[in-house]
Amino acid sequence: MREFSSTARAVAWRSLHITFTNPALLAPALIFPLMFYVAFAGGLSSVGDLPGFEYSAGYDTFQFGFVLLQASAFGGVFSGFGIAADFERGFARRYMLSAPRREAIIVGYLLGALGRAAITTSLLTVVALVTGMRPQSSAADVAGLVLLVALTCTAAMLFACGVAMRLKTVQAGPAMQMPVFLVLFLAPVFVPLDLVAGWVHGVATVNPVTALMTGGRDLLAGEAVSELLVFGTAIALAGGFAVWALRGLRSAERTGS
Amino acid sequence: MAPASGIEVENLQRTFKDLTAVDGISFAIEPGEIFGFLGPNGAGKSTTVLMLTTLLPPSGGRASVAGFDVATEGPDVRRHIGAALQEAALDPLLTGREHLRLQASLQGLAKQTRDARTVELLERVGLTDAADRRVGGYSGGMKRRLDLALALVHGPSILFLDEPTTGLDPQSRSDLWEEVSRLARDEGVTVFLTTQYLEEADQLADRIAIISRGSIVAEGTPDALKGEIGRPSLEVVPSDAADRERLAQVLSEFGPATAAPTGAAAVRLEAGADGLAQVVRRLDAEGIGLNTFDLHAPTLDDVFLAKTGERLADEAVA
Amino acid sequence: MTSDLARRALLRTLRQPANVVPVIFFPMLLVAINSAGLDAASELPGFPADSYLDFIIAVPFIQGGLFAMLNAGTDLATDIESGFLRRLALTPVRGTSLLLGQVAGVVALSLVAAVVYLTVGFIAGVTVAAGPAGVVALLVFAVAIGLMFSSIGAFVGLRSGSPQTVQGFFPLFFVLLFLSSANLPRDLMEQDWFATVAGLNPVSYLIEGIRSLVVTGWDPAALWPAIAILVVGTLVGGAAAAHAMRTNLVRT
Ligand SMILES: Nc1ncnc2c1ncn2[C@@H]1O[C@H](COP(=O)(O)OP(=O)(O)OP(=O)(O)O)[C@@H](O)[C@H]1O
Ligand SMILES: [Mg+2]
Repeated sequence: MREFSSTARAVAWRSLHITFTNPALLAPALIFPLMFYVAFAGGLSSVGDLPGFEYSAGYDTFQFGFVLLQASAFGGVFSGFGIAADFERGFARRYMLSAPRREAIIVGYLLGALGRAAITTSLLTVVALVTGMRPQSSAADVAGLVLLVALTCTAAMLFACGVAMRLKTVQAGPAMQMPVFLVLFLAPVFVPLDLVAGWVHGVATVNPVTALMTGGRDLLAGEAVSELLVFGTAIALAGGFAVWALRGLRSAERTGS
Repeated sequence: MAPASGIEVENLQRTFKDLTAVDGISFAIEPGEIFGFLGPNGAGKSTTVLMLTTLLPPSGGRASVAGFDVATEGPDVRRHIGAALQEAALDPLLTGREHLRLQASLQGLAKQTRDARTVELLERVGLTDAADRRVGGYSGGMKRRLDLALALVHGPSILFLDEPTTGLDPQSRSDLWEEVSRLARDEGVTVFLTTQYLEEADQLADRIAIISRGSIVAEGTPDALKGEIGRPSLEVVPSDAADRERLAQVLSEFGPATAAPTGAAAVRLEAGADGLAQVVRRLDAEGIGLNTFDLHAPTLDDVFLAKTGERLADEAVA
Repeated sequence: MTSDLARRALLRTLRQPANVVPVIFFPMLLVAINSAGLDAASELPGFPADSYLDFIIAVPFIQGGLFAMLNAGTDLATDIESGFLRRLALTPVRGTSLLLGQVAGVVALSLVAAVVYLTVGFIAGVTVAAGPAGVVALLVFAVAIGLMFSSIGAFVGLRSGSPQTVQGFFPLFFVLLFLSSANLPRDLMEQDWFATVAGLNPVSYLIEGIRSLVVTGWDPAALWPAIAILVVGTLVGGAAAAHAMRTNLVRT
């Protein structure tokens, strides 16, 4: 157990250390979510005036709900890029060779992703609050949001990790990014689900991310949340992708790293 | 069951699609032994190392390292081994010291011992001054030395070195030889070392296996191999240069001629060193005066040639 | 010679699905998502178009241009990294030929992409207010946008010599697009500061020029600023790229 956690901490340390000592890696992770927030909350605020748009905490809070999840998910995907690069450049061999328990490698990368997501979402939150966002969450709602962020990041990271360990090349970047991008945008991004038109409405209705996004927005507005649906979905996604990631690790072992 | 820090390999095999990289090899390595795995490019050396270090599952056969099966007891194997692979896995963005700390933590070394171990190993591989520079700026030799230090962090009882001296200058190469011998002698570390250099295997290894196209073609101590296969060659310079032709004529009775410098004649002695007295008598009888008379012991290259019918590609060993 | 190099550039662009798929697929996807997600916005008082789709179809043209910038820059930077450019320096080929070839290859892709955008748009119900001549004008815009952005990309690629650096400009893609009038007309932006930023962003005028052909017809007030930006941008970008190319091909 001590051995396992020592390995995981080593992997996490490296991924955080590299991110925070290389501005070129850190800056996009910090700036992207801010960009989305500014563009959507600032540029589209008149959308909040549409008839039928009902959200008590304001359009900026509504968009914050989206950008928060997006930042968490992309924090996870970003880890996948790192894993793919490590395999492509051969550094992963050091991990595979040195870690008595290799599952600890995944846990380490995951801890790194959560660490990064914590920083980016905190910065996003501060900027949003300073620029006038006024959520109506209770302390319990905030705790719920933190959990939601962590689970979203975990699910996305494990998904990307599974892809990275199977394909082992940075060329796999789009294969990690695109699906996450798609499921995020095929949810009610700009307006509540009822106002989404056409085929996207149909897709958004069954998209599990819709539950997370709606749940997050309800927590931000201090409204009642169906915990079972929201957190159940998040945990199910994280669990499913954990299996996917572990099988990715087995595939990497089989084909030789 | 292999002894605690030995290696036992039985009919080990690895195929890639329809290419058989390692074709049923078997050998056993005793604890504390330096085992040289000698072969040309593409012979299957690295593939063997990857299988023994649990980085690549075998397609057939079995192998145990430190008493644990490489296919089914990977975690236990990894606890006991250290490896410096052919391509050093280093991160250009981390410093040498950071690599050592990372490695110590990866292997679960206790926090208190990490720093001391880092300092000690940096010193031992001569990287103390460069310790806080990013590895991206290291020379090839420095990277290899760092890789070796990383392999030693947790004090493994078995060490795998895949072509550790390729790309090193002569000084660094003999330093590394010195360090490897010391590890085996003083710390009882078992060393599995691959190389394309005959001289390296000869100098360093207690025992050698020669691998060619995935199969082991010869195995034994360097001396036994040379004795078994290679015959010594004799190089003679006549005191009167005009005698050279006649000298060569006489020598050819004892075996095939081999290349010799101008003014000399050389022959590979079919009867080995035992035939020497005979040669001297014949030359005396012919009245050929001798200036120099040198017996060259057989080399591993002779062994390699005899076993595979080919020469090792790289003979330019300093 | 230029045509050989153009063919090489085009083939190398088209043979990598990672280059083609984003240019065609990604902008269409955003159009589909935004037009469904923001369809309700067309009911805002003062919204200029009947359908949000008519309004948003201008955006892929800009996205295609931004991808052209990344492709041209990455390819040339790779040429430097791989030593291809150094090898070329030993031949009598002129640097401008290589540059023109690369830009031509990427611009050709922009044109193909624009045809796809419009075809898909027509099928989904887009009508071009400026008529058939307006469609031709749209394709000319696509080529001009490709030209401008790829010469800027070529400059960045030749100057940095590193594909990673070029890829690092990817975020600019979002900055330029999101802080513009891509999603809402400027007079419907509630936040004054946002309207100001969008007003300073040249991409807003490119989009508004293209959009005017689809939504209003021939509107010189919307077209001239777009044309001016394209001409100036192409001249400046092209000159900078040519200069960077000369620096890379110094022969003694
Ligand atoms: N992952 C792989 N996929 C396909 N073929 C491989 C793979 N790894 C090795 N091979 C092939 O297996 C054979 C043995 O390769 P190996 O790397 O073990 O040789 P080597 O003895 O280490 O050579 P070198 O001295 O060049 O390092 C070669 O023909 C090689 O092409
Ligand atoms: Mg090898």
